[in-house]
Amino acid sequence: MATKVHMEALSPTMEEGRLVKWTKQEGEAVKTGDTLAEVETDKAVMELVARADGQLIKVLVPEGSTVPVGNVVAYIGAPGEKVPEAGAVAPAAPTPSAVSPQPLVAPTPAAPAPTAVTTDAARVKASPLAKRIAKDTGVDLARLQGSGPGGRVIKRDLEGSSPAAPSAPVVVRSGAAYEDVPLTQIRKTIAKRLAASIGPIPHFFLTTEVDMERAAEARSALEVKVSFNDIVIKAVALALTKHRACNAWFQEDHIRYWNEVHIGMAVAVEDGLITPVIRDADRKTLVQIGAESRELAERARNRRLKPEQYTGASFSVSNLGMFDIDQFTAVINPPEAGIIAVGSIVPKPVAEGDKVVVRRRLRLTMSCDHRVIDGATGAQFLKTLKQMLENPLAMLL
Amino acid sequence: MANQFDVLILGGGPAGYVAAIRAAQLGMTVAVVEREKLGGVCVNIGCIPTKALLHSAYIASLLKESKDFGVEVGSVKTDYGVAMKRSRRVSDQNSKGVEFLMKKHKVTVVKGSGVLQPGKKVKVGGDVYEAKKAVIIATGSRVKGIPQIGLEINKTTVISSDEALLMEKVPASLAIVGAGAVGMEFADIFNAFGVKVTLIEALPRILPLEDAEASDALAKSYKKRGIEVIAGAKVTKATVGKDKVSLDVEAGGEKKAVAVEAVLMAAGRAVNTENVGLAECGIQITDRGFIKVDKNLQTTTPGYYAIGDVAGPPMLAHKGSREGMFVAEVLAGQKPHAIKYDNVPSVTYCHPEVASIGLSEDQCKERKIDYVAGRFPFSANGRARGTGETEGFVKILRDKKYGEILGAHIVGGHASEIIHELAVARENEYTVEEVELAIHAHPTMSEAVAEAALDSLGRVLHI
Repeated sequence: MATKVHMEALSPTMEEGRLVKWTKQEGEAVKTGDTLAEVETDKAVMELVARADGQLIKVLVPEGSTVPVGNVVAYIGAPGEKVPEAGAVAPAAPTPSAVSPQPLVAPTPAAPAPTAVTTDAARVKASPLAKRIAKDTGVDLARLQGSGPGGRVIKRDLEGSSPAAPSAPVVVRSGAAYEDVPLTQIRKTIAKRLAASIGPIPHFFLTTEVDMERAAEARSALEVKVSFNDIVIKAVALALTKHRACNAWFQEDHIRYWNEVHIGMAVAVEDGLITPVIRDADRKTLVQIGAESRELAERARNRRLKPEQYTGASFSVSNLGMFDIDQFTAVINPPEAGIIAVGSIVPKPVAEGDKVVVRRRLRLTMSCDHRVIDGATGAQFLKTLKQMLENPLAMLL
Repeated sequence: MANQFDVLILGGGPAGYVAAIRAAQLGMTVAVVEREKLGGVCVNIGCIPTKALLHSAYIASLLKESKDFGVEVGSVKTDYGVAMKRSRRVSDQNSKGVEFLMKKHKVTVVKGSGVLQPGKKVKVGGDVYEAKKAVIIATGSRVKGIPQIGLEINKTTVISSDEALLMEKVPASLAIVGAGAVGMEFADIFNAFGVKVTLIEALPRILPLEDAEASDALAKSYKKRGIEVIAGAKVTKATVGKDKVSLDVEAGGEKKAVAVEAVLMAAGRAVNTENVGLAECGIQITDRGFIKVDKNLQTTTPGYYAIGDVAGPPMLAHKGSREGMFVAEVLAGQKPHAIKYDNVPSVTYCHPEVASIGLSEDQCKERKIDYVAGRFPFSANGRARGTGETEGFVKILRDKKYGEILGAHIVGGHASEIIHELAVARENEYTVEEVELAIHAHPTMSEAVAEAALDSLGRVLHI
């Protein structure tokens, strides 16, 4: 019997998809995993892949049409095989086996945790015992190189001493990804009262001006090309490791304090903006961050981001410096509790002792969710960030 | 050159001949040097003939109880000579089978005693054979007596398994020194053939390498059948006569005189490392007398490998065979999966059978591992009740935190067959939960494995 090809939920929040282009035509042979069509979701252009081997015997939906998730868009079968009557096509409810091989995260506004299973992670080859240990210790099996048969991850690979050296940029943390701390009464009251005061997220803003002279000098002394934005992302990530209170999600009845640092990076796209995520930014080199942010920005502009590439940030950075904006306030991307707005670097006259000198200055504004971050907490974080940027050596402390 | 091969293998036992087959499969030219019959101790005077005799013993004890099952056979007469001859036929068939396998894989078999020479050469009689890739030493082991206490094997009143396997008639009484697998199996055989058996073990319990619970179950079962079991015993004096032996045995502070027609020595084996030219080739020996090997089983002299009993414990045929495959693959330039020496099943084919894998409960305690023991007795198993094999149990030791199967111990009918479910589980790092999740057919002895797994999780169903 012919296999139905459904419009799949290709992003956590996708309800319908626009069939941009059929990459296989009627009559063409297809194998499981082959890309059948490009589908534009609410977030990106994604690939719809074949879930069966055979021939694409019937295409039901013309290019350019928008189709609700779950509807049948084509059939794969044996050459010459008949497809069911068209009438059966329109409302066809997706059968669980045929639809969505991705273990989908509930389509709630809350972004899924980065540890949530993606298709690739689900296919990690690991022994049941290794999986159990990884679950407990929070180690991401996908990042380990297995030493068992066929590269299967086995217990030995998880024992601290001898994990096979995996390829860069690999980060293995020993602890859990995050810690959930229930709201205390005082935090509950703060959350309720402040939310009642301004919108669902009680924002407040902290601005500081940073002297970028040393960072600029250090940057120009480097042989590799590093952007100021990369430096800011790295500094924010490192400062967050020292101020976990700011690296958190507000989760209604508890606060999730992240032990991992995943920086969301706001990228303007043609008709809006999206925030791709640089995972484990605190553990990555400037070069890695630079390469990754360029690639993510490129994918974002081409609407080619995968869901796991734009979900799960623990904190965000928004940079409008290139538009000559000196200072602005960014809106928090929930459930994150903070975002740093980065202005442009401007030469300014500043007092140095009793002389006026011109120095390159940068204004940073942090938006904080007051349910999670208090004024002093945010200020301390910002102070660390400022120190790191003003004296890049401080990042190594 | 006619005498040149890719691989030369010294010894055609279960390590050597398996290495030969695997090497041939991988396209190498192979010669095996064997001074006796192909198949080695295992096929000719070990694993295989004893299994034949143990089945004779099993039939004898089954017939004694057959009335309960509604089958009357009158008086049961046993004839060890007949059983022995049958066991010889079984051995010969197996040895011929190995010969056939050698022919099938175009492995050259050289009859004679081989002596290693430098330069990857082996001398057999006047001929010298040369290996292009490697020489594999698989010379195995042999029985040994304890001359220090006057129990040197004389092949009449002080015998080894070699003689026991070729006896025409059984003695009226027999003392067996050593209650490891060999001693236990012969105690079972001779008891069934009407011999008054005294089993003497130096260590505090019989089957000293098994879990203490298994030892206790077997001691109880043997005593019930009239086998005298003396553990923690020291033979202080042995007087060997022409047709009798008297032993002075000290156990638990008490002295005892054991007078028997013959003594069977079943305490350990000696490895065949003498007169094979090891020293001449610079091949070193460990403190314990085994050939020193690295993790690829290469000896201290490059180009010479050692597998099987000579390469170290456990001295088991299946461990040797695996090493044979491993070395053949190494020589073919492959990277074979490392042998898990902590996952070699150990089986004693006495009745009830004892099979185990991994750690014993005592070892878990010594290593301060936080474990839970899940148990299920065969007395609560439907299949076992049906066949009257209600002795014994399955015990699974589960790591408390992650459910790892630390060890498994089975005493009971067909334990030797049932253990492999747990060998596969451990090899693949399944936890008790994966074992339990696999649906076990009902009614089977194997259900006890699933139940023991459940018991370790606090969810046992049928007790």
